[in-house]
Amino acid sequence: MREFEYVVPDTLEEAVRLMVEKGHRARAFAGGTDILVQLRSHRFEVDLLVDIKRIPELNQLACSEGEGLTLGAAVPCYRIYEDPAVARLYPALVDAISIIGSIQIQSRATVGGNLCNAAPSGDSIPALIVLEAICNIAGPGGHRSVPVEEFCTAPGRNVLQEGEVLVSLHLPPPMPGSGAHYLRFTPRNEMDIAIVGAGASVVMDDARQRIISARIALGAVAPTPVFARKAGDLLAGKEANEESIEEAAQAAMAAARPITDMRGTIRQRIHLVGVLTRRALRTAILRAREV
Amino acid sequence: MTITADQENQGPGQLRVVGTRAARHDAVDKVTGRAQFGADVYMAGLLHGKFLRSPYAHARIRSIDTRKAEALPGVKAVATAGDFPIVQKQPIEFAQSVRGSRITAEVILAHERVMYVGHAVAAVAATSFHIAEEAARLIEVDYEVLPAILSIEDALKEGAPFLHESMTTQFRVDRFGRGEDTGVKSNIADHIQLKSGDLEQGFREAEVTVEREFFTQTVHQGYIEPFSSTAYWAPDGHVTIWTTTQGIFNVRSSTAEIIGVPESMVKVIPMEVGGGFGGKGTFYLDPVAAVLSKKTGHPVKIVMTRKEVFEGTGPGSASHMRVKMGADRSGRITAAKFYLAYEAGAFPGSAVAGGATTGTGQYNIENFQIDGYDVVVNKQKAQGYRAPGQSQANFAIETVVDELAEKLGMDPLDLRLKNVVQEGDRMPSGVPYPRVGLKEIEEAMKAHPHYSAPLEGPNRGRGIAVAFRWQGGQGSPATINVNSNGTISLITGSVDLSGTRTTVAMQAAEVLGLSIDDVVSTVGDTDSVGVSGGTGGSRVTFDTGLAAIAAAEEVKRQMSARAAQLWELQPEDVEFRDGIFTCTKNPADRMTFKELARRLGSTGGLITCSVYAPTTGVGPIFAGNIVDVAVDLETGKVDILRFTSFIDAGRAVHPGFVEGQMQGSTAQGIGWALSEEFFYTENGTVANSSFLDYRMPTSSDLPMIDTVIIEVPNPRHPFGLRGVGEVAAVPPLAALANAIYRAAGIRVTRLPMSPGNILEALEEKSAQR
Amino acid sequence: MPDRIRVRTRVNDAEVEFLCESRQSLLEVLRDVLGLTGAKEGCNDGNCGACTVIMDGRTVNSCLVLAVEAEGRSITTIEGLASAEGLHPLQQIFLDEVALQCGFCTPGVILSAKALLDREPRADEARIRCWMGGNLCRCTGYDKIVRAVLRAGEAMRKGAS
Repeated sequence: MREFEYVVPDTLEEAVRLMVEKGHRARAFAGGTDILVQLRSHRFEVDLLVDIKRIPELNQLACSEGEGLTLGAAVPCYRIYEDPAVARLYPALVDAISIIGSIQIQSRATVGGNLCNAAPSGDSIPALIVLEAICNIAGPGGHRSVPVEEFCTAPGRNVLQEGEVLVSLHLPPPMPGSGAHYLRFTPRNEMDIAIVGAGASVVMDDARQRIISARIALGAVAPTPVFARKAGDLLAGKEANEESIEEAAQAAMAAARPITDMRGTIRQRIHLVGVLTRRALRTAILRAREV
Repeated sequence: MTITADQENQGPGQLRVVGTRAARHDAVDKVTGRAQFGADVYMAGLLHGKFLRSPYAHARIRSIDTRKAEALPGVKAVATAGDFPIVQKQPIEFAQSVRGSRITAEVILAHERVMYVGHAVAAVAATSFHIAEEAARLIEVDYEVLPAILSIEDALKEGAPFLHESMTTQFRVDRFGRGEDTGVKSNIADHIQLKSGDLEQGFREAEVTVEREFFTQTVHQGYIEPFSSTAYWAPDGHVTIWTTTQGIFNVRSSTAEIIGVPESMVKVIPMEVGGGFGGKGTFYLDPVAAVLSKKTGHPVKIVMTRKEVFEGTGPGSASHMRVKMGADRSGRITAAKFYLAYEAGAFPGSAVAGGATTGTGQYNIENFQIDGYDVVVNKQKAQGYRAPGQSQANFAIETVVDELAEKLGMDPLDLRLKNVVQEGDRMPSGVPYPRVGLKEIEEAMKAHPHYSAPLEGPNRGRGIAVAFRWQGGQGSPATINVNSNGTISLITGSVDLSGTRTTVAMQAAEVLGLSIDDVVSTVGDTDSVGVSGGTGGSRVTFDTGLAAIAAAEEVKRQMSARAAQLWELQPEDVEFRDGIFTCTKNPADRMTFKELARRLGSTGGLITCSVYAPTTGVGPIFAGNIVDVAVDLETGKVDILRFTSFIDAGRAVHPGFVEGQMQGSTAQGIGWALSEEFFYTENGTVANSSFLDYRMPTSSDLPMIDTVIIEVPNPRHPFGLRGVGEVAAVPPLAALANAIYRAAGIRVTRLPMSPGNILEALEEKSAQR
Repeated sequence: MPDRIRVRTRVNDAEVEFLCESRQSLLEVLRDVLGLTGAKEGCNDGNCGACTVIMDGRTVNSCLVLAVEAEGRSITTIEGLASAEGLHPLQQIFLDEVALQCGFCTPGVILSAKALLDREPRADEARIRCWMGGNLCRCTGYDKIVRAVLRAGEAMRKGAS
C-alpha cells in the first residue's frame, strides 16, 4: 500500500479542518479493521488518515433510561457491549456488535466505522435502524442530523460530504413494553459475513399481547441495509402471534432486493429474510414480555 | 481410547518409550514464539520480493515492460521466466516420463502463456515489501487474451480447444506406472483404468443397484503459514535457501535444475513449517528468490500474501464422478462401476489415481471397472491435499454404499462388515492386502456407545463411513551420534510437520534403552544429512523411524564391540537388553548405555552411525467415522453434535499425536464437506481468496472430536506402526452426507453441503412430493 | 524514503522506541524492527488471528493496528509470557496436552486464551470456543486446544487461591 500521512487531532474542529483540506484523499480512521484491509487490497488510496480516537465527542458512551444512548463514532464494540446499561437497555445492539468479526476485531472495530463503511451486510446497521438511531454529523458547515436508515446510499457509500465526520449516534430511550433483536445467517458460527441479517423491534401494549408499533430492517439483501417500513407497520395494532409474524415476514421478503453472489443466491436470500424476520420478531416479542 | 487387538502378534514385547505421550522436541520453542518459520528469516542486506500475477485465465504474453518498475527508488531487480535457464533449454513436454522441473518452472513463472488467473508473470526485489509491491504493479504486460476452459465439462466437450497442443492422453493401469502414450490429442492428460471380473455379470447378480453422480469443488489445504523463501546466491556460486517446504531435497534438485546450477551448489535449510497438508509438497518461490539474489547480490526474501496462496498455489482438485454399485439380497456387493474426472489445473497431475485406486478399497468386490481421468483446465495446478484424491472418491462410494444398505434394509455397518477386506483379499490395484484392521474398526464402531446412543431432537441423524488409504514410502537416512554422557543426537532429513522429530526419536530411544529425554532430534539441511524423501504420504514416522531403528541397531553393534574390547572378549559375548550391556560369559560384568558411553573416548572415540533405510512401503490403512448432526430445515445449516473417529494405527507411537492427527484430519474433512470451496468468477478468478470467504471451520463450528485408536500391528514395521497422518481426513465427507440424509431425508451429491446447497436439495425433495 | 515517525511504547513491560512509516502495521514493526517474530502473518486481514497480541489488556490483530497507534500503549507478545521462573501455566499446559502441531497459530492462540482466562478464569467450553473463534488452527481440530484452555483455567484458579 502507498505511504500516507497520519495525524491524530485532539478536537473535532481540527479533524474537520484536516478532512476539508484533503477532501476525498482523506479518511477518518478509528478501528481500522475495514480501512486497512481495503487499502491493502487497493480498493482506494488515501493521502491522509485522520485518527479520530482522541476526540472527546467521538469517545462518548452515555447510556441511561431517561436519555437513551449517545454513542461516539470511535467507541469500539467491546466498550459498548461491556457497558451494563447498554446491555440492559439495548440488547439488540449487543446482538449485532458481538458478532462483528472476532474478539480481536471487536477490540478495535467501531459502530461508527461499521456504519460509515456502508456494507450492505454491516451487522450493526439493521439493529441501529430498528432502534431508531440518529446520526450526528459535523462538517465545515456545522452540525446536522440524519436518521440512520438514510445514512447509507450505496455499497461503501454514505451521506457524508467531503470534510464531514460522523460524530456520534443517538438512540432514544427504549419505550415501555418494547423489545428488539438482531440476528444474521452465516454458514459458519463466527468470522463470517451475513448472507442475510434481520433486526426487529416492537412496542407492545400494557398486556404485552398487542403490538403498538414495530420496525424491521434487513441486511445483505439490497445495495444498502433496508428499512422494511411496511413490514413493521403491518404489525401495528395486531396481536403478537404466528399469523401476524408471518404477515410481516412476507412483507419483509417483498422488501428485499438481493443479488446472487458467491455468498448466496437471490432465492436463498429472500427465503432467509422470511426465516430471520420471523425469528427476530419472536425474540423481540419475547424480550418485550420479559421487561 | 486405544483398543489393542491381536495381542499375540505384538512383535517386540513390552515397549517402554513407544506408546507413551513423550514431550515434543519443538514444543517449548513453539509455545514461546521462538520457533523459526520461513518468514522469520532475517539477515543483513535483506531485500523483499513480490510477484506480478496474471489477471487472465488464459493469455499469450506478448511483452513485459519492466522499465517503470525498475525506475522506482528502492527497486533492485526484476525477474521473469526468461531468467530461468531451464526455460531457454527445454520445451514443455507432457509424456509422463519427462514431466518434471520444466513444468514446475512454468508454474513458478509463466513463460509464453499465462494459464490461470494468479499465474505469476514477473517478480521484483526491493528494499521493502511495500516498495516491491508498488513496483510489481508498475510492470506492464501486453496480453493477447485466449479462450479459457474453466470446467471439466468444457474441457471434455466435443471440439473443445486443447490447452496444450502437444499433449496426448497417457493410458495406464497402475497408480505410479508410466503411461502408454495413446497418441490422442485431448485435454485428458492421463487415463487410469482398474478392472476385475465381469461387470455385467456382477450387475445381473445384483438385487439392488444404486447409480449416482457427484460433484465436488476445488478446496485448499488452508495451512495458516503462507509460502515463504529466502535465498542468497553467494559470489562463489553457492546458493543457500531457507524455506518452508515438505521436502528439502525436492526443492534442492528442482531448484538447481531450474536455475541451471549443479545440485551440489544448492543448500536448502528447512525452517519450521506452518502446516502443509500436501500443499507444500511443491514449491513456488525458491528459484525466484535465488535468481533475484543473483541479480542483486543480496539475500532476497519472498513471502506470499494469503491472496497469493489462494490464487497461486495448488489446491485440491474439483471432481466429477459417477458411481453404479449393486448388491445381492445377502448384502454382498456384486459389482461396481466408477467414473472419476478430476481437475488437474493448467498442467497434468491431479490426484485422480489416488481416488481410483482407493475409492472401493474397503470392499471385497469381484467385478468392477474404475476409470479415472486427469483433465487440464485453466486453473491453478492442483496439488496433493491430505490423502490426495481419496476424499472425493470416498465421498461418492460411501454415499452409494449407504444407499445400498438402505435399499436392502440392512444396518450400514453390517453391510460393510459383510464385504470387509481382510488379509489376502485384493486391493483395487490387484495387490493383496497384508494384515489390516478394517474389520476391527467396523466391529469397534458397532460396539461403540456412540453408535447406539439415542438421537433426541428433531431433524437429527447419524451417519457413518469408512475409508481405505494406500501408502507407499520413500527411503530415509538417519544419523546417530553417541555423546559422551550417554545421550544421542539423531539427525534425519524429512522435515517435521507435526511432531515426527519426536516419534522418530522415540523409536531410536526404544532400541537403545534410553529415555526420550536422552535423544536430541534434529532435521538436518541438505548438506548435512543424506537424501531423504519428502514429508508426505503419512510416511515419516514409518520410514524415518525404520532408518532410526537401523541406525540404533548399528550403534548397539558398535557399542557391544567396545564393551567386548573393555572386557577382552568377542562382540558376540556381549548382550544388550533394557539399556544394559551384559557379558554373557560373566554376567557380573554389566554396563549401562551411559556408563559405556563415558568410556567410548578411551576405546577408540565416540560413535557415529549413519544408515540409509529403503522403505518397505507404509502399506494400507483404514479409518471410520460416526457422526451425529442436526439440520435446520429452514436455513439448511448443519450442526455437528457428536463426532467419533476410528483408526487402525497399527501401533500408536505417541497416542496424543495420533489423536491430534485424527482430530485435525476430521476438522479438514468437515470443512470440505460443509463449507469450503473456491468460487471462480466467469473469468476464472478466485472470488473468495481470503479466510473470510474461504470458510474453514473455527473453534465455534466444531464439537470435541472423540477418537478410538485400534492397534492391529503392521507386519512391515518392527513396532507395528502404520502411517496415521491422512486417512482420518477421508471419511468425514460421506459420514456427514449420510448423517444429513438421515436427519433431513436428502442425498446431497454436490459438495460442499453448504446451507445453500442443502436448501436447494430440500426444495427439490418437496417439489417431488 | 518517506519520513519516519518516532513511536514510544511499552512492549512486554519494557520501554521501547522505534521509527516507522505510517503505513506500517504493528505486526510489521514487531517482526521486522523489534525482532519479535512470535507474532505471525497468516492473512494480513484480520481473519486468522496468528498475529494476535494483547494491547492495553485486549487482544487485537496486530496486522490491523498501525504501528504509529502503539504510541503510549502497552503491548504483550508471546515473547513476554515466559519468565526466568519458567513458562506461563498456559504454555506448560499446551505442552502437556499436545495442544499444538505445526505451532504457527500457537502464539496467537495462547495470547487469546490468556486474555480470556485473565478476565474469565471460569470460562466453559462454549465460551472458550466462541472467544477463540478468531484464531484459526488448521492442524488440531481445536479439541486439544479447548481442553488445554479449560485445564489452564483450572490451574490458574488453583494458583490464585
